[in-house]
Amino acid sequence: MSAVAESGQSAGGQPPITRVSEAIIRIAGNSQDGIQAIGGFLARLAGRSEQEVMTFMTIPSTISGGPSIFQVRIGSGEVQSAGDEADMLLAFYQHSYDNHLSSLKLGGIVLYDSDHVTEFKPENLDKYRHVAVPISSKTVEAIGGSGRDKGKNVFALGLLARIYDLDLDKLKRLVAERFAGKDPKIAETAIMAFDAGYSFQLQDLLKSYQLEHSQKKIGRPQVVMNGNEAIAYGLVAAGVRFGAGYPITPWSDIMEILRRELPKYGGSFQQCEDEIASISMAIGASWGGRVAVTGSSGPGISLKTEALGWACMAEMPLVVVDIQRGGPSTGMPTNIEQSDLNIACFGGHGDSPRVVIAPATVEDCFYSAIEAVNIARKFSTPVILLSDQGIATRIEAFPEPDLKAICQDITPDFSPVADHKPYDLAAADGITRHLAPGTRVGSGKYPVVTGLEHDELGHPTGSPKLHLQMTAKRRNKLKKLGQELPKPVVYGPAEGQVLLVSWGSAQGPVREAVDKFRSLGDAVSAVHVKYINPLPEGLAEIFKGFRHIFVVELTDEGLYGYGQFAAVLRARYCDPKIKGITKVDGLTWKVKEIVDRVRAGIAAANQASQA
Amino acid sequence: MSVLDIPFGVLPRTTDTAGLPVPAPLADSDRKPLTKKEISADHPTWCPGCGDFSVLALYFKLIEKRKMHHEKVTTVAGIGCSSRFPYFVQAHGAHFIHGRALPFATGVALSRPDLHVCVFGGDGDAFSIGGNHFTHTARKNVKLTYVVMDNNVYGLTKNQTSPTSPLGFKSKTDVWGAKDRPINPIKQAICAGATFVARTSHTNPNHVLQMMEAAMDHDGFSFIQCLSECVEFYPGAFDNSNPRKGGKFDLVPADHDVTDEYAAYKLAEDLAPGKFGVIYKASRPTKNANEQAIINDHQSKVAGLAPWQILQKNFDRMK
Ligand SMILES: Cc1ncc(C[n+]2csc(CCOP(=O)(O)OP(=O)(O)O)c2C)c(N)n1
Ligand code: SF4
Ligand SMILES: [Mg+2]
Repeated sequence: MSAVAESGQSAGGQPPITRVSEAIIRIAGNSQDGIQAIGGFLARLAGRSEQEVMTFMTIPSTISGGPSIFQVRIGSGEVQSAGDEADMLLAFYQHSYDNHLSSLKLGGIVLYDSDHVTEFKPENLDKYRHVAVPISSKTVEAIGGSGRDKGKNVFALGLLARIYDLDLDKLKRLVAERFAGKDPKIAETAIMAFDAGYSFQLQDLLKSYQLEHSQKKIGRPQVVMNGNEAIAYGLVAAGVRFGAGYPITPWSDIMEILRRELPKYGGSFQQCEDEIASISMAIGASWGGRVAVTGSSGPGISLKTEALGWACMAEMPLVVVDIQRGGPSTGMPTNIEQSDLNIACFGGHGDSPRVVIAPATVEDCFYSAIEAVNIARKFSTPVILLSDQGIATRIEAFPEPDLKAICQDITPDFSPVADHKPYDLAAADGITRHLAPGTRVGSGKYPVVTGLEHDELGHPTGSPKLHLQMTAKRRNKLKKLGQELPKPVVYGPAEGQVLLVSWGSAQGPVREAVDKFRSLGDAVSAVHVKYINPLPEGLAEIFKGFRHIFVVELTDEGLYGYGQFAAVLRARYCDPKIKGITKVDGLTWKVKEIVDRVRAGIAAANQASQA
Repeated sequence: MSVLDIPFGVLPRTTDTAGLPVPAPLADSDRKPLTKKEISADHPTWCPGCGDFSVLALYFKLIEKRKMHHEKVTTVAGIGCSSRFPYFVQAHGAHFIHGRALPFATGVALSRPDLHVCVFGGDGDAFSIGGNHFTHTARKNVKLTYVVMDNNVYGLTKNQTSPTSPLGFKSKTDVWGAKDRPINPIKQAICAGATFVARTSHTNPNHVLQMMEAAMDHDGFSFIQCLSECVEFYPGAFDNSNPRKGGKFDLVPADHDVTDEYAAYKLAEDLAPGKFGVIYKASRPTKNANEQAIINDHQSKVAGLAPWQILQKNFDRMK
C-alpha cells in the first residue's frame, strides 16, 4: 500500500490514520467460508465510492470446497491487475497462513484467526506484522451457533472495515441488500457479526488506513460485476434472444444467467444433451432469423468444431463464447490459460475462416459481446468471443453503460422479397445474406443452407470454379472486416526498445509492466490486440518502431519456442523480432514476472546477436 | 469507427432483383395450393428405384393436400442419401451435418413457433451418430415431425452396417454378416418418451401420407419410421412387408390402445415385418409450450418495460 501521508494521533485515543492510494487485500480460507462474499462486498463498496477495483480468485474444482482465495485491489488511481503482492493477508486457517504468507509484501500485515493459526516460523514474525484475532470464537460469541457456521466472513469484513476506515453506512447497506428478501433474522445476524468485527479491539495494530478519495470523476455511477456476467448482459443488450449450451466450468454462469434472464425478453436459453447439440440448436435458431449464442470451455469447444465448420461454410451468423481454462482435455478446469487461441482461429477441418475477438477487461466483455453480435450479423459469420477463466471470475467496477442508447432491437424481418440468392457472387458488398424461413420469395425460388459447397442458391455443386469462388467469398468478407476494424493503439511512445504485445486478459499486467519499466527509464511500450482473427491493420507499422517485440501470453512456448499468438504474428508479419513470453502455471501474470522475463529475453537476444 | 458503430436493426436482405415484383402479403385464402411442379426443386440424385423417391412424392402430396404455402414449408436434414431431401423441395431448407438435424431443427422450432419443421434422415443419422439427440428431442417433446427413412444400411457411404441392419446382414464392414444386435427404433422411441410413434413403408403410398398427416397434426414430437428400400445395397430388405413381393403389410390391430405404453412396446416386439400404423401416442406438454409458459410468466412481471429498462433493473442491483 503506498502510503502518502500520515496524520498524527487523532482525538479520542484512536490509532493514527495513514492515507493510502490503494490497498491489496488477500483473503485466504476455504471456499465454503464465504470468502468470495467478503471480496464481493469490498469490490462493490469500491464501485460505489467511484474507486477502481479488481479482484482475483481461485476456486477449488472440487464440490466440497477446499482452499480458496480472493484478492481485492482497490485504488483511487488506475487499477489494471489484481496486484503482485498483498498489503494485507487475512488468513482463516493454518494452511491459508502457510501457503499465502509469501504473497504478502515485506512489512505487510497478516491478520489471522488465532483459533486456527497457531504455528509460526520465528523469521516470519520479523518480516510481517502479525495481528491475532480469534475470529471463529468471537463470531460464535457474537451470533451463537458453532464455529463452523457462516458468519466468520462478515465478522472479518467488520475487522477490515475498521482497519481501512471504510464507509460504514455504505457497507452496512450492502450487507443488508445482500440478505434482503431472505429471513429478516439472517440480515440481523449478519449485521451483528459485522458490528462485532468492527468493534473488536485490535490491540496489535497501531495504525488504521484510509483510502484516498478517487481522483476520477466518471459522471456515471459504477456497476460491479465479473466478466461472465458482463458477457451475458452484453448479449442481452445486443438483442440476442436464443441460446443453447451444456454446463462446464467456467462457462456455466453465462448459460445460467441467460436461462434466467432471457424469458423476460421473450427469449429462451436451452440446456442441451451435449455441446454438439447446443451449437446445432443455436445455429438452427440463427437460421430462424435472429443471431443466437452458444458457448463452452475447452473440451466443449472441441466438440463444437464440426458444426462451427458448417456455420463457416453456410455463412450463418452465430456467437460462440469460449471461456478458456487450462488444457488440454479436462486440464485445469478452474485455472486461467489462453491456449484455446489456435482452436478458436483454426479449429476445424477445411479452410473455415471465422472471427475471433478477445476481451481484455470485464467492461470490455460487455461491449465485446455486442460487437460479436453485430459482426456476426453484418458479415454473416460465426464469431468466437474468446474470454478466459481470469476475467470470467474477477470482479471489476466500470461506468454504467447507457443502456437506453445501447440496447439493440434486432427483430428479424420476414417481409416478402422479389427474389433472393443468399450466396450471391455479385453482391455489392460481397457478403452473404440469409432469408429466414417464413419469408416469401416472389420468384418461387427458395434458398437452401448447406455444408456442401454450393451455388448461389445454396444447391450443392462439385464445380471447381464455384468452390474457388465461394472459398474466396468466405475469405474476402473477413479481409474486408479486417480493414474496417479499429487500428490498435500503442500504450506509451510509438518508438522505443521493447514492444510488449498482449491479447485478452494480459492487457492489464502488461500495461503495469510498461509503467514499471518507464518509471525506471526503460523505453518499453505495449500494444494490445483485441481482434485476433482477422487481425486489424496497423500492426506492421507499430512493430517497426521497436527493436524487440515480446508477445506476452498464457500458452505454452510450443515446439518452436513461441506462444500461440506469437506464432500467428510471426506467420503474418514474417518478423523475426517477434518472440514469446509464455507460461502455463494456471495463474495470471504478475507484473514482476513480466519485467523479469523481458529483461531475460533482451539479454538472450543480445547474446545471440553477439555470438 | 468502432465495430460497435456497425449499424444494427434491419440489414440489407437481397441484392439486385432486376425489377422483379415483391409479392404482396396475401391472405392465405387468396393463395392457390402449390402444385407438384412448384414445390419440386432439384431432380433427386437417388438411384432409380430407391425407396426415398416415394417418401419425397408423398411429402409433396402432404404439402398440396394441406394447402401449405412455400415459405411455411421448413425442411431440415442431416447427412445421408435420405438426408439430401431438402434440395429436392422448393422451399426453405437446411442440410446440416451428420446426425445433428434434430437439435438444429429444435433451434428452429423453439425460436419460430409459427413454423412446423419436418426433419428427414436415415437410420445411421438417427440412431447411430444422432442417437443421443433422438433420445433427448423425444423426451423434451419438441414440436416437430421426424421421418426416418430406414433402409437398414448406410447408403451414402456405400454399404456399411447400420444400427438397424439385421443380424447376419452382409455389408462391407461385416462381410461375414452383422453380429451386433440391431436397435429397435420403435421401442427406442417409446422408451425415450416420444409422444407419437408410427411405422410405415414406402411401398404403401396411401399409408405413408396418412402417417405424415397424423404426425403433422400431433402436438409434440412425432416420429415415423418409414421403411425405405436401398435398391443398391440392400435390395429386398422389406419384401416381407410388401404384398407384391409375397409379404404382409399388417396394420396395427384395431383394438390396440395407442395410449397404452406397455401394449405399444409389446406390439413393437417383432419388426420383421411387424405392424404398420400409429403404435403409440401420448399427450404431454410440449417443450415449446413449456418454454412459452416460462416466457409468459416472466414477461408478465416486466409488462410495459422496454428491454433496456428490464436490463437496467439488473444493473441497478450491481451498483
Ligand atoms: C461426422 C461424419 N461422419 C461420417 C460421415 C460419413 N457419412 C455420411 S452419411 C453416413 C451414413 C449414412 O447412413 P444413413 O444415415 O442410414 O443414411 P442413408 O444414406 O442410408 O440414407 C456416413 C457414415 C459424415 N458425413 N460425417
Ligand atoms: S444408395 Fe441406396 S439409399 Fe442411396 S440413393 Fe441409392 S438406393 Fe437410395
Ligand atoms: Mg440408411
